[in-house]
Amino acid sequence: MGFEPMTPGLDEVHILWTSEGMSCDGDTVSVTAATLPSLEDVVLGAIPGLPKVHLHNKVLAYETGDDFMAAFHQAARDELGPFIFVVEGSIPNENINGDGYWSAMGNDPETGEPITVNEWIDRLAPKAWAVVAIGTCAAYGGIHAMAGNPTGCMGLADYLGWDFRSAGGLPIVNVPGCPVQPDNFMETLLWVLHQAAGLAPPIPLDEQLRPTWLFGKTVHEGCDRGSYYEQGDFAKDYNSPKCQVKVGCWGPVVNCNVTKRGWMDGVGGCPNVGGICIGCTMPGFPDKFMPFMDEPPGGTVSSALMGVYGPFIRTLRSLTNITANKEPKWRHNEDALTSGYDPHWTGRK
Amino acid sequence: MAPTTKAAGDGSGLTEMSWDPITRIVGSLGIHTKIDFKQKRVAECYSTSSVFRGYSVFMRGKDPRDAHFITSRICGICGDNHATCSVYTQNMAYGVKPPHLGEWIINLGESAEFMFDHNIFQENLVGVDYCEKMVRETNPGVWELARRTEAPHAGDHGYRTIADIMSSLNPIEGEFYREALQVSRYTREMFCLMEGRHVHPSTLYPGGVGTIASVQLFTDYLSRLMRYVEFMKRVVPLHDDLFDFFYEALPGYEEVGRRRVLLGCWGAFNDPDHCDFTYRNMTDWGRKMFVTPGIIVDGKLVTNDLTEINLGIRILLGSSYYQDWADQEKFVTHDPLGNPIDARHPWNQHTIPAPQKRDFADKYSWVMSPRWFDGKEHLALDTGGGPIARLWSTALSGLVDTPYVKATGHSVVIDLPRSLTRPEARFEWRIPKWSNALERNRARTYFQAYTAAMALHFAEQALEEVRAGRTRTWEKFEVPDESIGVGFTEAVRGVLSHHMVIRDGKIANYHPYPPTPWNASTRDSYGTPGPYEDAVQNTPIFEENPPETFKGIDIMRTVRSFDPCLPCGVHMYVGDGKTVRTEHVPTGLSGLAG
Repeated sequence: MGFEPMTPGLDEVHILWTSEGMSCDGDTVSVTAATLPSLEDVVLGAIPGLPKVHLHNKVLAYETGDDFMAAFHQAARDELGPFIFVVEGSIPNENINGDGYWSAMGNDPETGEPITVNEWIDRLAPKAWAVVAIGTCAAYGGIHAMAGNPTGCMGLADYLGWDFRSAGGLPIVNVPGCPVQPDNFMETLLWVLHQAAGLAPPIPLDEQLRPTWLFGKTVHEGCDRGSYYEQGDFAKDYNSPKCQVKVGCWGPVVNCNVTKRGWMDGVGGCPNVGGICIGCTMPGFPDKFMPFMDEPPGGTVSSALMGVYGPFIRTLRSLTNITANKEPKWRHNEDALTSGYDPHWTGRK
Repeated sequence: MAPTTKAAGDGSGLTEMSWDPITRIVGSLGIHTKIDFKQKRVAECYSTSSVFRGYSVFMRGKDPRDAHFITSRICGICGDNHATCSVYTQNMAYGVKPPHLGEWIINLGESAEFMFDHNIFQENLVGVDYCEKMVRETNPGVWELARRTEAPHAGDHGYRTIADIMSSLNPIEGEFYREALQVSRYTREMFCLMEGRHVHPSTLYPGGVGTIASVQLFTDYLSRLMRYVEFMKRVVPLHDDLFDFFYEALPGYEEVGRRRVLLGCWGAFNDPDHCDFTYRNMTDWGRKMFVTPGIIVDGKLVTNDLTEINLGIRILLGSSYYQDWADQEKFVTHDPLGNPIDARHPWNQHTIPAPQKRDFADKYSWVMSPRWFDGKEHLALDTGGGPIARLWSTALSGLVDTPYVKATGHSVVIDLPRSLTRPEARFEWRIPKWSNALERNRARTYFQAYTAAMALHFAEQALEEVRAGRTRTWEKFEVPDESIGVGFTEAVRGVLSHHMVIRDGKIANYHPYPPTPWNASTRDSYGTPGPYEDAVQNTPIFEENPPETFKGIDIMRTVRSFDPCLPCGVHMYVGDGKTVRTEHVPTGLSGLAG
């Protein structure tokens, strides 16, 4: 192998997953849709080289209540073994609500009061082999961190610090999306697990801590409606199969691969199937993209430019298209062959 | 009305137990109980939710056209129901009626959501409560009986004994468990065909959809739908066998999770031939929905009029972490028909969060207490997880009449056509004797078949539009400066309403009411417990384990039968036979042992 693993490979790893940040559990639900690989592929060890995985996720767990919480308490006491900490949901500001709590998971055995999700992050993040933020809420604050929100919530890196390093030496791994694209998350998890097993180099992340191979391109760069754009041919309303940049699509400036990848096994998506991009994978989401159904300000200038030479290109293409739509004249059912066939042709005149 | 809180009958030996968080649901829920192991019953129950996000707060002042994108994020398993409901609300507020094809596409998308969500919940979340591993740990005697019991419909579903069904539901290892995961995927593909992506749709807009309505779109959907139709021909008999067995194995099991029949359904799937989204005509087009709205009290249909339903909604406080809004301004004094609107109606609600310590004698949850006022009482309606209320309401009204689904007045008849390897099948859901845990679950399976059958009808209607060349899916609109709107639909888990007020072209007030606030609500200002609390409090205990190893499976089956959709938890304290005085309301359940 062409790299030095940071730590000796792990044979077994726990995934402690809290969706008790301010979430809708949509990222957990989304991950059950993944097939490349699927959750059961990972849990049952269908992928070569992975450590044995123990998943602790509220939506799927067999155990309930204290039985479910036991693993979290063990991890906090250093009794669980290596674990990956997955955080779903925005991190509230618990400094502003007196004796109350915005978001909690489980209860304190001593006081009977709820244990805030922030307390869990404080306990577990420094001990985790890797910390993964799933969904835009956990990564950057997301919809719940919208202007005017009462909870003062934020993303995980805002809470832990952007220079945070886990016990395994990794920065926070952000897999944004609202919800997360199913296979994007499983693919990222797979890299982290392969890394934990000592089989992969450190996961490549960009400045916003996103996996580079998933978030390095824009929505527009993968959109099959992009060709309408270069021809200056824009949808004027939502009945049209053309480029939606004038009816609210932010695709040209949003890092996301959904138009290229589809939503599930290539089915669905956003602007590629008539749904404007609202920038849901971005740190600036949602405020910097609202009102969603208005034309993005930047789109006005560029689409005006495209409007100048786009129609010219379109005209030329349509002429060529007329030609390409006609068969060559030697295809016919006449008495004579006109294809140019010469049985004695040798390449020399 | 439901009984008020009371301590154990004989005043001795109550054990406090709580489960927190409740797993295999969506969201954050805690169930805190006192159990009388002598009488084998639950004496008291408190339902608590420990997450607040504040949608109604941060939506104020935003562009109304953003509402469906934002409210979808309320829920990660049924967000599309919110997006749909919001789009309905906006259509009313803007005075726009989408083209027929746009409406059929939304109906097909929402059908797929029902098919997906009920399937994943029934087999992968609630199913685990009935799997081999769980039954062996809680009722070894029942497991032994299941091994000896032939499944009556083995010929339909292929599992010879009830135990075989239970084994196939074991998490991850179970064959049927894994098959259901796959089914949850292709049904989501069906959903994505119509609404772009799951669970937060990309192609829904006020005025219609951006989905490109081609022949290919409906072919891709139909091909998958027929796979699901084939699947349901096995699953309906499978669950009938499993649930019928519990009645047989544990005489009296009908009492688990049973409560008074107080069901609400706000109707689903609009008929574009009738629905114009005006408030004025809402009573009429509401009755044309393909799932009929209704309120059922003690087995009688009180109303199926959406206008009347709307006027009766009240949001009470009592045990929730909010300031009251009695002294705040009213947004809406009268509806568009001139009916007065109550101060406690969602149109007039102000959400003012007041975070504080949890105190079971006072305030203990972020959930409010929605009620329906019938002129005399504030009824704590439940949805039973959605399907039981939908089928009950549709059956009683007797209005739905399509080639595949017919309501008879006492039942719903579902006809599934021939599929790849199986002949046509008829399933009839008859109004059950009880509103209890098993019947909520049974209804879920029948409603999956209902939706699959309905989707066939919607697909045929949509294809007819496409073949006739009527392919527009969206209608333009203007956002008025001043307007109000309401949307009614059925989310997967039951009643869903969105109430919006627009002032100066911006959202002045927006209050979504999904099913779980109704079901998981807390004791209201009149002391009436919410449905979970009420249903759990009446639950007898059939589990064979003593307090030391008690899992609370009957309580879990009760709570999960409602298909909760919020963070919910119950943690467990096994006291040493602590006595609780009957006249004393506890000041905190957990922590008394320590």
